[in-house]
Amino acid sequence: MSQYTLDARYSLCPMPVIKTQDKIAQLQAGDILEVTCTDPGALHDIPAWCRINGHLVKESSEHDDEVVIVIQVVG
Amino acid sequence: MSTQKKAVALISGGLDSLLAARLMLDQGIHVEGINFYTGFCVEGHTHAIRKKDKAKPKRNNALWSAEQLGIKLHIIDIIEEYKDVLINPKHGYGANMNPCLDCKIFMVHKAKQWMDENGFDFIITGEVMGQRPMSQRKDLLPVVVRESGADDRLLRPLCAKNLGATLPEREGWVNREQLKDFSGRNRKPQMALAAQFGFEDYATPAGGCCFLTDKNYSNKLVDLWQARNKKDYELDDIMLLKVGRHLRPEPHYKLIVSREDGENKFLQGYKKQFATIEIKSHNGPLTLVDGELSDEEFRFASRIAARFSQGRDADNVTVKVTRKDGEEQLFDIAPMPVSEIKQEWYI
Repeated sequence: MSQYTLDARYSLCPMPVIKTQDKIAQLQAGDILEVTCTDPGALHDIPAWCRINGHLVKESSEHDDEVVIVIQVVG
Repeated sequence: MSTQKKAVALISGGLDSLLAARLMLDQGIHVEGINFYTGFCVEGHTHAIRKKDKAKPKRNNALWSAEQLGIKLHIIDIIEEYKDVLINPKHGYGANMNPCLDCKIFMVHKAKQWMDENGFDFIITGEVMGQRPMSQRKDLLPVVVRESGADDRLLRPLCAKNLGATLPEREGWVNREQLKDFSGRNRKPQMALAAQFGFEDYATPAGGCCFLTDKNYSNKLVDLWQARNKKDYELDDIMLLKVGRHLRPEPHYKLIVSREDGENKFLQGYKKQFATIEIKSHNGPLTLVDGELSDEEFRFASRIAARFSQGRDADNVTVKVTRKDGEEQLFDIAPMPVSEIKQEWYI
């Protein structure tokens, strides 16, 4: 299991979702990805994308105008 | 034992594509969604930028549709490839800068590629014959079939009974009798079907899902191309057309003046790419300056920017001009009276 980060700040949805989707396609089951965004829509859209595609959102938070979402990749 | 057939559904986030996919799921077809991002999608951007809209619920309707259907959704960035569709549309533009027919052909073509690469059997769309004047006219539906390369692997479940049988129907992968014969602009049949399936709270975008159908947005795009003397754009260009007041006092420069705090913040992200005008003595907008200006022109532009600040009625307002090379200058200027701001400057 490895930890990764993704900087999706300053891009508007759906680009943070697309970047998350493309990054997760390169990862292995069990890997952890922390995504940072500035579009508050990501707080809804990335977890929705994870639910649809079967990945696990371990944590999500919003502070100082940044959204952070921690995802566990499910195989 | 027969193998379960697989369909890729173009999911826009609207009701029609939601219903078309559901009809296929009900026939035992394995369906996955595909959603293309051109950069012109209305989806969520205004919510993200404008502070006054932030109280409204935010959701990506394509993701919402996929979740309602219980299917996977693949969101594909086609920003670069889409430029050629918009700049050189073989079938021309609609009422504004919307190349709807070329756009549909391109998206079905991309879906066909995805279908081939991923071992799927056919494509479905939510098209309804006669619903839209450009891309869904009866005489143009075959054009999409032919020019996209999808041929008879393109199935339109909502109006299939009005059209010739496609491969999935002829082969018995789907039962044609269970498909629909919707046509025209009347939305009642779709709404009745949505109620039958228990779909509520689906998206009903009044102006469609693409900024290119919007007259004001299209005017700004045409102005951009005229000012640059070429039809081209980058993603940042088309994002900025969605934000702020756009004024062109002279052919060689344009001002983008934020309208509220959310836009101010969004435009802050472009300070390194543009000269800027900031109001220092009063609360006021951030203004991006697109073009090369002399000192005198910067003073003139600053007077316009100050007009939109809380110092609009003051005798003098202090502004900071930051040029693209980072050089800063403070000016004391008189805000321009509203009567001197010409209507034709507004794009």
